[in-house]
This record gives sequence, structure tokens and C-alpha cells, in this order.
Amino acid sequence: MTAVQVIFYLFSLVAILSSVFVVASPNPVRGALSLVLTFFAMSGIWLLLQAEFLALILVLVYVGAVMTLFLFVVMMLRVNVMSLRAGLVRYLPFAILLSLLIIGMMVIVVGPKQFGLTHLPLPPALAKDYNNLADLGNMLYTNYAYPFEIAAVLLLTAIIAAISLTHRKPHKRKIQNITKQIAVKRADRVKLVCMPSAKKINLVNKPSGAEQ
Amino acid sequence: MGTHLFSIAMAVALLPLVGALIAGLFGKKMGRTATHRMTIMLVGSAFVLSCYLFAEIVLLGHPTVEGVLYNWVTSGTFQFDVSILLDRLSATMLFIVSFISFMVHIYTVGYMKEDPGYERFFSYVSLFTFAMLILVLANNFLLLFFGWEGVGLVSYLLIGFWFKRESAVEGSLKAFIANRVGDVGFVLAIAAVLTYFNSLDYPTVFSHVTLLVGKTMPLFPGLHVSVITMICVLLFIGAMAKSAQIPLHIWLPESMEGPTPISALIHAATMVTAGIYMVARMSPLFEYSPVALSLVLILGATTCLLMGFLAVMQQDIKRVIAYSTISQLGYMAVALGASAYDTAIFHLITHAFFKALLFLAAGSVIIALHHEQDMRKMGGLAPYMPITYLTFAIGALALAAIPPFSGFYSKDAIIEAVHLSKTPGAHYAYLCVLVGAFVTPLYIFRALFLTFHGQKRYPDKVNESPWVMLIPLIALAIPSMIAGGILITPMLFSTPSMLGASIFILPQHVVSTALATDFQGAKLMALHATQTLNFWLALAGIITAWLFNLGRPQWAELLKKRFSWLYQIFIVKYGFDAFNQVVLVEGSRRLGNFFYKVSDLIMIDGVFVNGSGKLIRLFARMGRRIQTGYLYHYALAMLLGLAICLGWFIGF
Amino acid sequence: MVALSNFLILAAILFGVGIAGILINRKNIIVLLMSIELMLLAVNTNFIAFSYFLGNNTGQLFVFFILTVAAAEAAIGLAIMMVLFRKSGTIEVDKLDALKG
Repeated sequence: MTAVQVIFYLFSLVAILSSVFVVASPNPVRGALSLVLTFFAMSGIWLLLQAEFLALILVLVYVGAVMTLFLFVVMMLRVNVMSLRAGLVRYLPFAILLSLLIIGMMVIVVGPKQFGLTHLPLPPALAKDYNNLADLGNMLYTNYAYPFEIAAVLLLTAIIAAISLTHRKPHKRKIQNITKQIAVKRADRVKLVCMPSAKKINLVNKPSGAEQ
Repeated sequence: MGTHLFSIAMAVALLPLVGALIAGLFGKKMGRTATHRMTIMLVGSAFVLSCYLFAEIVLLGHPTVEGVLYNWVTSGTFQFDVSILLDRLSATMLFIVSFISFMVHIYTVGYMKEDPGYERFFSYVSLFTFAMLILVLANNFLLLFFGWEGVGLVSYLLIGFWFKRESAVEGSLKAFIANRVGDVGFVLAIAAVLTYFNSLDYPTVFSHVTLLVGKTMPLFPGLHVSVITMICVLLFIGAMAKSAQIPLHIWLPESMEGPTPISALIHAATMVTAGIYMVARMSPLFEYSPVALSLVLILGATTCLLMGFLAVMQQDIKRVIAYSTISQLGYMAVALGASAYDTAIFHLITHAFFKALLFLAAGSVIIALHHEQDMRKMGGLAPYMPITYLTFAIGALALAAIPPFSGFYSKDAIIEAVHLSKTPGAHYAYLCVLVGAFVTPLYIFRALFLTFHGQKRYPDKVNESPWVMLIPLIALAIPSMIAGGILITPMLFSTPSMLGASIFILPQHVVSTALATDFQGAKLMALHATQTLNFWLALAGIITAWLFNLGRPQWAELLKKRFSWLYQIFIVKYGFDAFNQVVLVEGSRRLGNFFYKVSDLIMIDGVFVNGSGKLIRLFARMGRRIQTGYLYHYALAMLLGLAICLGWFIGF
Repeated sequence: MVALSNFLILAAILFGVGIAGILINRKNIIVLLMSIELMLLAVNTNFIAFSYFLGNNTGQLFVFFILTVAAAEAAIGLAIMMVLFRKSGTIEVDKLDALKG
């Protein structure tokens, strides 16, 4: 068993176990953390496939940003952990059966009979000065410039959407409404009250115009 | 010269339309006096112009004028023009129609004086005149149909003029529906003409009739009928409705619900004569169809007799005259059937004068008695309304065919023509018209005696009508007296006759030559009346009327008791109304009910509308079970789909 | 040496675990989102594996875009969930059945 195989099976094992834990964990916080572990393991696998840039992106973006967001949300929502697992056992056999069925059929399709080493040998080793990042960059900024722009717009849209969805208006903002101020009428502000003039009131000290 | 006459003819037709539009749209603003002055002036000028046309065409013998006003429709090879035909027949009709209409307009000023719908009435009457004039002037079937329908429409409006009265509304509906029945025949006839002649213009059609002789068309599988007979019978069905021949006569008595001036106009000159005029105009077609002629003859004779009997039984003065109109139209139809078209038109003319006179005189009585129409409440009015009495009597004498009044000449000519005719059914028709000659004076003199003689039964004071109503009466009384004697020679016995080439008669059908051998002039004809059977019959009728109504009224009661079954038949009017009510109305109601229940409630509502709705609801109910709203169910569906797709992929 | 099929089978297993996660989870919608992330990860792995074995970098580029979209999806999904929680006071999948027919 070569070193590459050892690394592959090790990472695979970690990824599968942690992913199972993601699904099966009663606590979503732990689930999210084990998803982080899965991402790490998978980024190792991607490194084996010589996709260095994407492996790093996976760690940076997913682990650093998306999973942090998940954790934030999970913690913000204060979900009752105990009630979360009810009914798990009930659907478990059926879920396992169906997923095993799909996995089995997928394995038949993509298994060694179709994609073994005999059918698809390893590619030749890359040149010493090969730069994955530069290569991807070349493609991204030439042939795929438009999709790249669109992806950027998409992200911008997602940002705006996420903010506008979750944004709550401040309740006590002190902004003046100019049109309302201009449209105001005397009747809105001044009210004449008819009072019996039985008592003598001294009005001299009141400053003029302060009734408003 | 021709175009000049053409413009005048168009003016004759359009002046009343202008009057109708102005009176209808601006009548309320113009006020009563201005409205009647304007319409009377316009119709009066139409009358003067038609006098001129009559003089030019008929008296001075100007050749026939044809003209196209404008092209209305061009569809494929078919071209439809608004075109007019001004020949001797239409010039004569123009003269009569505009004269009677003019008189009615004047008379209306007095008759409708207190009516709130004064301006509306003038508008309708003018419109009516316009429609009839177009009908008369038309040079093709479609324009004829336009006038035909126009007359029908305005008659509906006029009979239902007092639309707050339920009986008037029903009467107008009845008239409208009965006319629609006839229109079906008429439209089918037009369609047949278009199919076989590929044209609707009179000259084209009439010049190609001979090509169609002997040609047949399938009516039902296995039953072929002659094309010309088919066309003529269908045309006559239209004429039956308009000219109130059995069995489509039912609307005419109901038309009495309209104001009297319009009764006069409908019955004398415009609407009911349209059918007679049309058949006369179509003489080149009818001549080639002995079957249709025979049908016309027999139906006309039957109508003439049966409706005459009914007139004797009526108590309403206007209804007596209305049934008399139907009976007289029967006479005209008989003349048509006997191929004596000019005689029919002759009777149409004299009848127009004296029938308008009778109606307007009756209207004068009705107004004097404050809208009382029941003759049993009249009586002894002669001293109070001398002019009305006199004119009514002239009209009655003319209707009763007493020489030398106008009705005598035309009716005598018809009876003689039938006598000489060889059309199948002529013997039966001759019998009918002879009995009719006895019945006619019976009913009209009964009306005369009941209204003007005997005890005065009306409680209030009675005054003679105003002059504006009496002048038309006098103006109509004069032609009622003399028109027959003046017209008989030019109409029937001169060559060319007054109608000239407008009428086409096959040589073997001509009866006027046989008549002419006996004819020595109008005066002699009147003097020799005592030698004819009809005269004595008429006299007998008058005497009988006197006996039963004034001399020995108890005899009438006795007869009524003795022949109560016959009396009952007359009272129910031979059961035409009952038949219509029971068979047609109830039958169609039942049929409608059946279709309502079966095809509407069960098929359309049940199966199509509610059925499809229920089907959708069923599917929706099943569909909404699938839609649980739970996210994992949707996910499960997707995943099952994935599993199935994968399985499919592996399987193949 | 590790064959392509090994990578693909690993991805398939991860995908299956994601499916199981969606089906099992009845209480917390966040776990559902995480399961979807797992499935996306499996798909991405497939892309990269093929890209490596076929010597074509387009696959990696594709993954790049998928990551972008997935990030946007996660952000909006979580935002929607926040709103949902505010409106209905729960994120239990069992109780969210407003779409029920």
C-alpha cells in the first residue's frame, strides 16, 4: 500500500464517519462542527487530486465563512435539543434502505468496472513549475470571464437578499418627514377649546407663541 | 329626363325618413306644433312629388326608370345595389301610399292631440311611410326585404305605441311574431332566387324565368318540386303574414291596439298591401306556377269568406273594420290567384281610399266618445256628428260595393274575373266571393246602424270632431265615391292599361279581354248593376243588417240561440288563437322544457359544466393528498425519482 | 495507486449519507441544509476527480462556480430560515406544512 493510498483511505474514513455524525448527531452544533471536519477531510482528498486552489478555497470559504454562518444561526435560534431527535429511529431503517439502494446503484455505475485503473490510467505527472492557481486564473479571466462576472453579480444579489430578508427596521428612528411637515394644516396642530371664563387667569407671564 | 325622375323618386322615399329622424331626435325640443308642421310638410311634399311622378309615368307614358343610388354590397359575383325601379305599378303605389299617409298625418294632429307621445308618433308614422315607399320602389329582392322588414318593425312599434297597456304590448308582439313566421318563407324564397338566378335584381330574374320552367329541386329525398312553384309558395308565405291571409291573419285584429290613425295606415295603404303588391310585382314568376296561383286563390277565397263572418260577430267598431280588411285582402288575393293582377291592384287602390276613410271616421267616433270602441255603447250618433256619419256611410257603401261607389267597380271586376278564371279552385273561390259579397254589407252596415242609428246609448254629450280630422275624411270620401268609376277603364280595359308592362300575364291566363267584351263604360256598368247577382246580394246584405239590428233585433237573438254552436265557432274565431295557444305555444313550451331538462340540466349543466367541475375536484382531491406540505415528502419524491432513473439507467 | 472509481465511490457514499440525512431529519431544518452541503461536496469531488483523471481543468472551474452558487444558496437559505423562525417560531420540519393542499 503506497503512501497515497494510505492518505486516501484515511481521509475517506474520516470524511465518511464525520458525515454520518453530521446526519446522526442530536446536537446541531456538534453536527455543524463535524461537517467542518468532513470539509477538512475532503479538502485533503482534493489535494490528492492536485486541486490545490479549490482545496484551499474549500477550507477558507466553507469552513471559514459558511460553516461559521451555520454555527451562528444554530446558536441564535436556541432550538430545543431534546426534541430534535424524536422520530429519528422511526424513519431510520427506511432512510438507510433508500440511501443504500442509491449508493449501491451509483457504485454499480461508477465502480471499478467502468472507471478502474485499467480503464482510466493515472494522468502523467505534471511539470515541476505547474501552477494550478495561475492555470485556473488564466481560464477564469479569459474564456470564463462572463460566467465569472455573473457569479459575482449572483453573490451580490445573495448579499442583498440575505440582508433585506433578515433586516429589521429600527423602531425609533428620528427622521423628519418633510412632505408631512409641509402639508400640515392649522387644524392639525391648533385646537380651540371653549373654557368657562369663571376663573381669572393670569396670562401675562406666558410667552407668546408657546401654545404650539 | 330619366335621372331627373330618379332623383324625384328618391326624394319621395327619403323625405319621410328625414321627417322621421328629425321628429324622433329633436321632436321634444321642437315642440308639438313644429313637429307636426315639419312632418306634414315633408310628407305633403312627398305626396306632391309622387303626384308628379304618377302624372309623368302613368298619364304621360314616360318609360320605366331604373337607377342605382349606390352599391351596397359586392360579394364575389353577387352585387347588391340600392336601386330603384319606377314603373307604372310603383308610381301608382307611390301615389296611393303617400296620399293616404299624408291624410293620416293631418288627421293625427287632431286624434293624438292629448297624447304625451305626440312627437314620437309622428316620427313612427313618417318612418312607416318611408319603409313602405322603399318597399314599393325597390328594384331587387333585398331592398324589397329591407322595406318589408322596416314596415314590420315600425308596425311593431306603432301597435305597441301605448306600451303601458298590456294588450297593446301583446298585440305588437303577436304582430311581430306572426310576421317573422312569414319572413322565414320570404327569406327562403330570396335564397332560392339567388341560388337559381344568381341575381336578385328584378329585371334579371324576370327575364330568366322561362329558363327555369320545368326545372325541379329536391325538397325531401324522393320528393321533387318545381323550382318556380317553390319560390312562389315561399314568397306567398311571406305575403300571407304581411297581408294577413289564413292562417297567419291572427295578428291583424290585435293590431287594433294601436292608435286609430295607424290602424288606418296599416290597413289601407302600407303594411297589409305589401303582400298584395309583392305578388303583383312578382307576376312574371307566379304566372309560371299554376300551383302557387291556385294556392293563392284558394287561401284568399277562404280568408275572404271566413273573416267576413267573423266581422259580423265583433262588438268593437275597429275590430269590425279590421276583419273587414282581412276579408278584402282575401278578395285581392283571389284576384291575384285568378291572374287578374291589375284587378287586385285596382281593388287595392279603391280599398285604400274607403278603408282609410272608414278607419278615420271610426277614429273620429272613438275620439268623440272618449276612446269608447264598443258599438253596443254607441248608437244614434248621426245627428251629433253629421260629417263623420256621412263619410262613414260613403265608406260603407263603397265597401259594400253599391254602385256607383268605388268599391263596386273593383269588387265586381274581381268577382267577374274569378268567374272567368280557369285556375284550379276558381269555382270554389267564386262561391266564396259571392257569399262574401253578401257578408260584406252585412257587417259594415251592422256597424253603421249600431253606431249611428237607433237609440243613443252613450250617456255624455257628443260633439263633432275638429276640422283637422274632418278634412282628411272629406278628402278621402271623394275618391271613395268616384275613384272606381274613373279608374276602371284605364286600369283594366285600355291598351296599354294603367299598369302596362309592370304586370305580366300569360296569354292563356288573361281574363280581362273576356271581361272587356261585356264592358261598355263605367256609367253603363253602374246602371246595369241591377242585372248582376252581386248587386242583389249586397242589397240583401244591407237589408239583413237593418233587420237584425234595427228592424227586428229579436230575430238576431233567435238565430243566435238556434245556431249557438255556429255562434260559438265564430266567437272563438275558428279556434286559430286556441290552436296557436295550445299547439304552438304550449307545444314549444313543452319542447323547450324538455330540452331545458334533458339537454340543458342533464347534459350541459350536469355532464359538461358540473361534470367537468366535479372531475377537476376529484383530481384535485386526489392531488392535494400528495401535497402534504412537508419538506421531506417532496425530497423523498425527488429521491425516489433519482432511484428510479438510476435503476432505469443500470437496467439498460 | 488510487483509481478514479475509488474517488467516485467515496463521493457516492457521501451523497448517500446526505440523502439519509434529508430523510431522517424531521426536526431541524438546519441539518437539512447541512445535508445538502454534503451532497454538493460529493458532486464537487466527482468533478475534481474527473478533471484530474482526464487532465482537463474545466472541471475545477466548474467546482469554483458551484462553490459560489452554494455559498449564495447557504446565505439565502439561512436568511429565509431566520425569517421563518421569526414568523412561525419554529424550524421543526414536522410543523412546517403551510404548503399543505
